[in-house]
Amino acid sequence: MEGELDGVFREHWGRVLAALIGFLGDFDRAEEATQEAFAIAAERWARDGTPGNPAAWLITTARNRAINGIRRERTLAAKTRLLEVVEASEDEMDEMTFQDERLELVFTCCHPALATDVQVALTLRTLGGLSTTEIARAFLVPEPTMAQRLVRAKRKIKDAGIPFRVPADHLLPDRLAAVLAVVYLIFNQGYSVPSTSGALTADALALGRALAELMPDEPEVHGLLALMLLHDSRSEARYRDGELVLLADQDRSLWSTAQIAEGRAALDRALALNGRGAGGVYMLQAAIASLHAEPTRDWDEIAALYGELSSRTGSPVVELNRAIAVAEAGGPEAGLAIADRLPLEDFHYLHATRAELLRRLGRTVEARAAYRNALALVPDDAERRLLERRVSEL
Amino acid sequence: MKFMLLINHGTTPTPNDPEAWAGLSQEEQQAIYAGYMAINQTPGVTPGLWMRPPDTATTVRVQDGRTLTTDGPFAEMKEALGGYLFYEADDLDAAIELASRIPAARMNGAVEIRPLVER
Repeated sequence: MEGELDGVFREHWGRVLAALIGFLGDFDRAEEATQEAFAIAAERWARDGTPGNPAAWLITTARNRAINGIRRERTLAAKTRLLEVVEASEDEMDEMTFQDERLELVFTCCHPALATDVQVALTLRTLGGLSTTEIARAFLVPEPTMAQRLVRAKRKIKDAGIPFRVPADHLLPDRLAAVLAVVYLIFNQGYSVPSTSGALTADALALGRALAELMPDEPEVHGLLALMLLHDSRSEARYRDGELVLLADQDRSLWSTAQIAEGRAALDRALALNGRGAGGVYMLQAAIASLHAEPTRDWDEIAALYGELSSRTGSPVVELNRAIAVAEAGGPEAGLAIADRLPLEDFHYLHATRAELLRRLGRTVEARAAYRNALALVPDDAERRLLERRVSEL
Repeated sequence: MKFMLLINHGTTPTPNDPEAWAGLSQEEQQAIYAGYMAINQTPGVTPGLWMRPPDTATTVRVQDGRTLTTDGPFAEMKEALGGYLFYEADDLDAAIELASRIPAARMNGAVEIRPLVER
C-alpha cells in the first residue's frame, strides 16, 4: 500500500503544486499547502482507500489548508483573492474539476531569467516531486547548496516578477526550447552518471510524457520524448558487469521493445506534425536513434541525418558522430578525414574515434598514440576501462 | 510591479562622445533617437533624467571617518551606468520586452532590470 501511495503521490505532485501556485501566486505557500495535503492523504487514503479523483481531492484539500492558514493570518487576507472562494466539502471533491496548470509551472521554472542549473533543480522539485536531497545527490552537489539554490530561485521568481503563464506565441519557440533543454539535461544526467541512472531518466521521461500531453501540437515535444525513449530502451544493455558496452556489442534481447515502439510512435507523431518543415534537433536525433535500433543499420541514412543535424547546430560533436557514420558507410579513411578537421582536441571522444579508425586502417602506432590521448582526457571510469581494453587488444 | 531599468552603454556610441557619434550614419543616429523616443512614450514608462557620461563621475568612499574621493565611476568605465528609466508593468516578461527595445541593448550595451520594493 505504501509503495502504491508513493507512486500516486509522485504522479500528482506537479499537478497539485501547479494548481496551488496558480491559486496562491506564491511558491512557498503553495509547497507548504501541497505537502500538508499529501500528509493528510497518506493517513486518510491508507484508511479509507484512494478517492476516485485523487488530483481533485489533493488540490481541494491543499486549497482548504491554504485558506485556513491565511484566515489565521488576518493581515495577509486582504492581499489575496482566496476568501472569495467557498471551501469545498469532502464529498464534493470528486466532482470538482481543476484546470491543469503544469504548463504554466514548467515555463515559470524554465524562465531564462533563471540560470540553467536553477531551472533544472526547480523543475525536478516542483514538477518531478523530487526532494532536495534527491536532487542534490543526482547532481553531485552538497545538500545545503541545493537547498539554497531552490530558496533563492523561489525568491527570485516572486521578487523579479517572473510570470506564472504560458508565454505568448512570439516568445514560445525560444521558451519551449529552454524547457526541452532542461528536460533533456535531466535525462542526460541520469543517462551519463550510472549511479543516478534509472531514477533521473525516469523523471525526465515522466516530464517528457507530461509535456507531450500538455502540448500535443508541438513537434519537438514529441521529438524529445521519442529521443529519450529510444535511448532509454537500451539502458539494460549498456552495462555488463559494470562495464560499458558499445551499441554494436550490445545484447539486443535486452533492449526494451515496448520503449522502442513507443519512441517510434512519438517520432512518427513529431514527423507528422512537422509536415514538410525542416526537422527540429530532437526529432533528427530521434530519427537517428530509431535507425540505430534497426537490425541492420543504414549508415548512409544515419550519416545524412547527422549532416542535417550538423548544419542545424554547427556543433563539431555532431560532426564527429557524422564522421563515425561516414566511416561505417564509406570506409575508415573517409571518416578519419572528417574527424581530423574538428577542433575537439580536448574531447576524449575525438581521440577515441580517431584511434578506432586508425586501428581499422592498420595504422597501429598512431592508433596507440590516439588511445593514449583519449585516456588522458576521459572523465568516466567505465569509459576508461573500455578504452584500456581496446588498447590491450591492439 | 515597478521595475528600474539600468542602461549600460558599453561601447555604444552616444552623443556624449561626439567623435564616436559622428561615426554613425545620419539614419542610424535618427533611429537611435526614435528608439529612445518610442521607449519614453511607452505607457508605464517614467523616463530617467539624462546622465552625463561615466568619465564625469566622482566616486566617494568613507574610510575611518575620512572621505576618499576618486575620479571615475565605481564600476569599470564601460560597465558604468549610462542611463535609467522606471517601468510599471505586469511582470518580468513585459520588462524584458521593453528592455530589448532600448537601442543600447542591440549596440554592444546592455540593460539590467531591477524590481523595486513596493510598499
